[in-house]
Amino acid sequence: MVAEILTGTFTVKSGHAQMLKGGVIMDVVTPEQARIAQEAGAVAVMALERVPADIRADGGVARMSDPSMIAEIIDSVSIPVMAKCRIGHFVEAQILEAMGVDYVDESEVLTPADEMHHVWKHDFTVPFVCGCRDLGEALRRISEGAAMIRTKGEAGTGDVVEAVRHMRAVQDAIRKLRTMPDDELVVEARDLRVSLDLLQQTREEGRLPVVNFAAGGVATPADAALMMQLGADGVFVGSGIFKSGDPASRGHAIVQAVTHYNDPHILADVSRDLGEPMVGRSVRELTESELLATRSI
Amino acid sequence: MLRSIGADATEVRLPDHLAGLDGLIIPGGESTTLSRLMSLYRLREPVADMAASGKAVWGTCAGMIMLAAEITEEDPVPLAVMDVGVQRNAFGRQVDSFEQDLTIKGLGPHSYHAIFIRAPVIMRVGKEVDVLSALPDGRPVAVQQKNLLATAFHPELTADARMHRYFVAMAGGPAYDENAPLIESPRVRGRLVQDS
Repeated sequence: MVAEILTGTFTVKSGHAQMLKGGVIMDVVTPEQARIAQEAGAVAVMALERVPADIRADGGVARMSDPSMIAEIIDSVSIPVMAKCRIGHFVEAQILEAMGVDYVDESEVLTPADEMHHVWKHDFTVPFVCGCRDLGEALRRISEGAAMIRTKGEAGTGDVVEAVRHMRAVQDAIRKLRTMPDDELVVEARDLRVSLDLLQQTREEGRLPVVNFAAGGVATPADAALMMQLGADGVFVGSGIFKSGDPASRGHAIVQAVTHYNDPHILADVSRDLGEPMVGRSVRELTESELLATRSI
Repeated sequence: MLRSIGADATEVRLPDHLAGLDGLIIPGGESTTLSRLMSLYRLREPVADMAASGKAVWGTCAGMIMLAAEITEEDPVPLAVMDVGVQRNAFGRQVDSFEQDLTIKGLGPHSYHAIFIRAPVIMRVGKEVDVLSALPDGRPVAVQQKNLLATAFHPELTADARMHRYFVAMAGGPAYDENAPLIESPRVRGRLVQDS
């Protein structure tokens, strides 16, 4: 039998995200942290030089991480490894693809390289995850080829308020679609700046057409379960784990909280004795220029 | 998918959830995560007992890794209920994930469009194990050992319900009909992306 072998199709790319559903993806900056994350039950790790809390503290231009650092992390774990490129920086994305990274996060946490255009992601074999604050942003990223979406939240703060705002915005907009007559759907597509076809598909499925994780501010097992109950398919935890007092225990607890997000007894159990959470910064104390979520929308 | 073909389906997260089931699917995902959570919430023994008792158990991708007798790495530790040896991530990284048409024994005359995502492959097959499908290079990707079924690919990502019908029949449901229509889940038919 001679059968055609297809790689890099949207089914294969978005299918990988389906396999991450119900899981936790953790930011790591060293191979040692990557092993701790894998041991704690992470479904994937995000390899980067600095977690968002440090990027925030350091200021300056944040770029793709050094390839040798990403390669070391790839070699140290068997779970998938993601890495970030700057918004619109398709050459950083090409480099990450060439290195065998499993997922590219076109991320507002890094300093955008293009304020008008995102990467045209359909041309890549590697799948992309992109951030969103509302349904329009999510569907625009999917049109460009994103195979997975995450709500942005406000990375590096340890404050879950923006993650909640963005997840509610997406879910509310989808609920509204479900009762919307066709003639109003046309106007909605125009207002959201998305294609009518993609909007119709979202209405029919009653959810985003790709997996949607929560991100940006999750610091505790309760935060993670909150995002799951609000409709997230899984959770990214950035600074929340390795900026806390006991990363191994906290990581493990957050994994269990995401699996058993509807069971308050288990949530109570896993929330005990985790040591100090990351200190965090209230989003309300940030100035306009410190907000990452409003970059390139 | 199971509900679309008339089966009752429920999620299993704790040992209590296994009560009253006729069959169990261990899904795709990360096998290290799956293995750790199964240990922590004491699912290993009840699932192994279920397999030993003759109830239908199907592992896809990471689930297949969990059913295996041995894997080529030390981690994760499989349940060792099926007489096969399995290699994780046998095709490389995500950029090497692929789709391919397969011939699957027992499913009827049409080929089956299989989706492999960071997929494992079967390296060794025991005497009791029936190979239902193999890649052109001969490596098995779908096998059955009496009440146990394992697939390296993800039938839940396609609109084709034949593998699910085959398993429901193993679990005591309606006999598998080789002439049943190919596509039965309107929810996922012809869409840009599919949901499990």
